[in-house]
Amino acid sequence: MNATIWSLSAIVAVAAVTFLLGYVGSRKANTTPDFLVARRAIPATRNAAAISGEYLSAASFLGVAGLVLKDGIDALWYPIGFTAGYLALLLFVAAPLRRSGAYTLPDFAEARLGSVNVRHFSTFFVVCIGVLYLVPQLQSAGLTLTTITGLPPWCGGLIVTVIVVINVLGGGMRAITLVQAFQYWGKLFAIAAPTFVLFVVFLASPDRGTQPISDDGVIRFPKAESITVAEQVIKLRVDEPLKLTVHGEIDGRAADGAVYWSRGVYELSPGTVMEFPAGSPVPVVEGSPTNNHDWTRPQTGGISDLLKTYSLIFATFLGTMGLPHVLVRFYTNPDGKAARRTALHVLYLLGLFYIFPTVLGVLSRLYLPQLLVNGKTDAAVLMLPETMVPNLGGQILGAIVAAGAFAAFLSTSSGLVVSVAGVVSTDIMPGKVRDFRWATVFTGLVAIGLALLLPRSDASLTVAMSFALAASTFCPLLVLGIWWRGLTWVGAVCGLVVGGGMVISAQVISVVSSYTGRWAPAVFTQPALITVPIAFMTMIVVSKATRRRAPADVNQILLRLHAPDPLGFIRDRDIARFGTAEEKARMAEDKRRGASRTR
Amino acid sequence: MSRHDAGKPEQAAREAWLGEQARKPRRRRVVLADSTKSRGKALRTIIELEEQTSVGEKLVRDLIKQQLRSAFGLAFAVLIGMCLLPITFFLFPQIGDLKILGIPIPWLVLGLAPFPILYGVGWVFRRQAERHERDFVNMVDR
Repeated sequence: MNATIWSLSAIVAVAAVTFLLGYVGSRKANTTPDFLVARRAIPATRNAAAISGEYLSAASFLGVAGLVLKDGIDALWYPIGFTAGYLALLLFVAAPLRRSGAYTLPDFAEARLGSVNVRHFSTFFVVCIGVLYLVPQLQSAGLTLTTITGLPPWCGGLIVTVIVVINVLGGGMRAITLVQAFQYWGKLFAIAAPTFVLFVVFLASPDRGTQPISDDGVIRFPKAESITVAEQVIKLRVDEPLKLTVHGEIDGRAADGAVYWSRGVYELSPGTVMEFPAGSPVPVVEGSPTNNHDWTRPQTGGISDLLKTYSLIFATFLGTMGLPHVLVRFYTNPDGKAARRTALHVLYLLGLFYIFPTVLGVLSRLYLPQLLVNGKTDAAVLMLPETMVPNLGGQILGAIVAAGAFAAFLSTSSGLVVSVAGVVSTDIMPGKVRDFRWATVFTGLVAIGLALLLPRSDASLTVAMSFALAASTFCPLLVLGIWWRGLTWVGAVCGLVVGGGMVISAQVISVVSSYTGRWAPAVFTQPALITVPIAFMTMIVVSKATRRRAPADVNQILLRLHAPDPLGFIRDRDIARFGTAEEKARMAEDKRRGASRTR
Repeated sequence: MSRHDAGKPEQAAREAWLGEQARKPRRRRVVLADSTKSRGKALRTIIELEEQTSVGEKLVRDLIKQQLRSAFGLAFAVLIGMCLLPITFFLFPQIGDLKILGIPIPWLVLGLAPFPILYGVGWVFRRQAERHERDFVNMVDR
């Protein structure tokens, strides 16, 4: 109970600081450019902290450690991919995109290709990616609050939604920047401090936390454990025969009492209670390595796991550049050079962060075997401090971690809501501040609705899906649009529809299969390896076929994207559309002076 | 459907964004006795760039090609490096048994090494890209 109070007060503190910073930042935010791009005057290092703060979501804070606990070394490709995506963004997109002067992704598409149609399609996919990314954040918020307090799962999601919507309503991008820069450092502390302490505890513990394992390397429960199956059907793989007591349903048949499991796969219905005696082997959720030997060694899952790894590398490496909430932050830099520096600084900040979840994941393998059975590995980081240090110290560490996790939901959700609302308000509504506020409320409602409706799975897996969607839609649009003169709007629309359509259908199929017994092969949960090349090919082939439709001013646009900043070719499109008379006058003045700023 | 069916207002907004130089030569402030002597040359080059004369276009094309070569080279190196790892581990599973200080080598290779390497590649690219841009500006400004 004490632990709950500690954690709750830490969460309340995070929420309060978020509000306070949001309030300070929003006092002066009242024009549309303020809401959309924070007046483009954020210094590179602060913007990098804000980008990292926004990017380190539940998937990074909780999900990576959870996947390491479950899948072992192969899960390390998630943090690598999440970081490498920024390298791709730095190499291909950052500076030219900033110089385009566009204020959202659809705006860039229209500016580059000179067609309103491509803008509408881009808007659709921005909303898709944004919502697909929001859902796991809200679901993980539910899981966190349930783990800490035992409240029903919908509570956490609802609380996060309300805080985020109120904050975004207050000040849009301007308020959010400060909040997120603060939250990066908050999250880094919240994961680094417990990692250091727990690692020392692990080294100092008499048996080095070595758990009893069988000859085959199957983990055993150190003490008797009772595990309840949550709302979804679980498939467990048993590698070593064991005896346990079950109340509920196994493979669709009622069971109540002692059961003997031989090697094989067992399906457990929601609500089933399993009681394992101390020393019993730990069965593992189907699809993950069952023994420590496979867990510590890379690529033991055969060809299909190898393809899955490649698919993941593709999705994360190319998908980051297509995430609307990340891109919109680059528009807040003053110029292209600053955008490049920001991206580089992000690489440093992310690399610093991702060392810690890996360590926590490995430690939780030693102390939290029960999570392998119920599949809620996302909770590992939250439960580890109190399991390893069962006293006041552990409770305080647990509170720090909980606060960090909450900061993760808040910052990522804020960024997503800002970017989706920005796109909805400027592309579907007239784009005034009032529309932005309505769009914010609308986005929040849709996201929380879907979060309650869709089945929960590991945060990192769902997030990887939105990376796949981004990699198959906006990555080809951006890379070809920035570097290839031949892209036409017809080609771009075809590529978006083909790439995005394939990923969305794969997602629908895997959701259906998760409700009806997980029959879909792995390629449906991670389709990027196939969809990204197809999307690129479609755009190139269709563009070549419709060469006549290439915009006549393509040379001028490419000049603007690539000309060094001192030459003064940047024209910010949001000023032309939303700026005050004064700003427009300043822009005209800048334009006139552009030539004399060459040094 | 042609690309002109976007409607007149869109077209007007687009032209405003592209700047008036697309249509008519712009008026310039003339300053007598500017301290830098070569201003005239720089201005002319920038106008050439904007008006996409053959010289200007050639300059921009070269810049883009240079930048793209840097970006592609580095991205390719990184992607090849990343893609070689899983297949190496798959084909030579005995690598998993090698240890340094009690930690299996693959854990070090995947858990620690990538982050400094990625930062290093990004740093190299930033330097190259900024050098290309500086060269370009110097050339225009000479």
